[in-house]
Amino acid sequence: MKYTVNEKGYYGKFGGAYIPEMLYPNVEELRTRYLDIIYEEGFQKEFHKLLRDYVGRPTPLYLAKRLSEKYGATIYLKREDLCHTGAHKVNNTIGQILLAKRLGKQKIIAETGAGQHGVATATVCALMGMECIVYMGKIDMERQRPNVERMRILGATVVPALSGSMTLKDATNEAMRHWINNPTDTHYIIGSVVGPHPYPDMVARFQSVISEEMRKQLQEEIGNPYPDYVFACVGGGSNAAGAFYHFLDDEHVTLVASEAAGKGVDSGESAATTALGKPGVLHGSKTILMQTEDGQVVEPYSISAGLDYPGIGPIHAHLFDVGRVKFVSATDDEAMNAGLELSRMEGIIPAIESAHALAALNQFTFEKDDVVVVNLSGRGDKDLETYIRWGKY
Amino acid sequence: MKNRIKDLFASGKGNILSVFYTAGFPTLDSTAAIATALEKGGADIIEIGIPYSDPVADGPTIQESNKVALENGVTLPKILEQVKLIRKTVKIPIILMGYVNPVMQYGIERFAKDAATAGVDGVILPDLPMDAFLAEYKTTFEAANLSNTFLISPTTSEERIRKIDNETDGFIYAVSASSITGARGEFADTQLQYFDRLKKMKLKNPFLIGFGISDHTTFAKASSYGAGAIVGSAFINLLKKSTNVAADSEAFAISLKNNAKS
Repeated sequence: MKYTVNEKGYYGKFGGAYIPEMLYPNVEELRTRYLDIIYEEGFQKEFHKLLRDYVGRPTPLYLAKRLSEKYGATIYLKREDLCHTGAHKVNNTIGQILLAKRLGKQKIIAETGAGQHGVATATVCALMGMECIVYMGKIDMERQRPNVERMRILGATVVPALSGSMTLKDATNEAMRHWINNPTDTHYIIGSVVGPHPYPDMVARFQSVISEEMRKQLQEEIGNPYPDYVFACVGGGSNAAGAFYHFLDDEHVTLVASEAAGKGVDSGESAATTALGKPGVLHGSKTILMQTEDGQVVEPYSISAGLDYPGIGPIHAHLFDVGRVKFVSATDDEAMNAGLELSRMEGIIPAIESAHALAALNQFTFEKDDVVVVNLSGRGDKDLETYIRWGKY
Repeated sequence: MKNRIKDLFASGKGNILSVFYTAGFPTLDSTAAIATALEKGGADIIEIGIPYSDPVADGPTIQESNKVALENGVTLPKILEQVKLIRKTVKIPIILMGYVNPVMQYGIERFAKDAATAGVDGVILPDLPMDAFLAEYKTTFEAANLSNTFLISPTTSEERIRKIDNETDGFIYAVSASSITGARGEFADTQLQYFDRLKKMKLKNPFLIGFGISDHTTFAKASSYGAGAIVGSAFINLLKKSTNVAADSEAFAISLKNNAKS
């Protein structure tokens, strides 16, 4: 495959493992073992059985008739919002917990922004009887309270990250620190396609079940596996990586990644990484990130806690760099309007993250017979407070 | 070309005290005064930290000092100016330590050239992987006569320590425990066994022990295994409370060194 990681952990000029020596043995252990472990027959069997019986896969590919009418194309929604725990995140946490078990780890740490990855991690830890600590920015804990309580009900310890902007970036820093201090018995379940190699590749592989199913389902629905467009939102980019994965080499499929523009790309309150960022190193990999001229990371902003991240995964940095994926952005308002529109037209309240993908639809002019898939990465239950505060319904 | 770090270790001197502090902390212009006072107090190496917004390998003390320094307005160009000023009087080796991103943004070649011109002798970039160092930094650093120090930790394999020893041309930074930075109490037996293991490896380069060194007792103990030790968080904690950074810095170096004489 043309766009996958090379043997050194790079996607073009992005990727690698920019980590302090204290993390080297952990990351090296993963790097040398992850492919053998995850493609072992027993692993695949257990992984797919759990995806089917526990997560509820395959998730439906739903033809959104009213949305299709409005945008003048055939629009399908890949219903990751119907996954157990409410988002695509669980595909990856199931994979990583099985891996952690095979690596002989007893404890799990994770970071979370919107709380979806935290809930997905707490869930699989409960399932496997493993101790779970989730780092979450203090601000995010306030705006995503139901998810904090869900994690606690599931038995996880939620630790507030009090540094920096007290959001996802800082939760990630804290989790990395915890891992440095507990190198042997702990596995760090990173929730997106970010971090040092092999995380971006590993997470993308676990999430690639999304595009694998899309192909199969499109074959059944329309007689061929290729849509004309795939839309996904991008914070770190795990749902997008999963939705794009099996289409990357099919250049006739237009892949669209929608970033969070916050209050406007140039407003100073934004998380539109490709529009505002440049190459640099964050959280263990070389990627594109929002930073000052001096290389200090700029605090991102988005109404959606899950997209409130100053970087993107190195795979996306590469796909952006070579022009394989078209990056667009949606403001808070555009996303909220798109979320409301889906709620009213299809009876589905999407996560505000996913609403950013929906908001990108009206930036394109479709042909009548275009087949469009929007990856609906999560459901909006966790976002009710934000919808209520926004209030324009 | 002479390199002050290589000269220092070539002299065979033991009990080497390297003191780390964050540039621009506690105030923007305190960097030079602290350096002068540390040298006067008997410090052998000064490690000046380039503040970074996301210092993942550091504990709360150094992280906080990074935050304050950035709020004070310190930048890499300003740090290089400060080093130039320090070099007018200070003779001991100066090392810049920081995360790789600010260096990358400044430009690797420009950084090496400007750092060397300012009077910097070595660099420590804990999150710079060895493969990237060899591919993109080594030649440039060597041309500028900047030594590069790698970190090793108790979980680093012997094979990797040998490889690191091979690629280093100053000293090795032996992190005392698998942890982030921070001042702690005495060393545990497992840490002493690790220091002993390092000592017996008869490495080409000398090693300094860092992380968890806070006073004359830990300094002396570490120095009995390696060529000396590095103090960071304990010194930053002192600076945080200090009302006279010059006097306190000098006294700090004296207290660590004097008590460490064997």
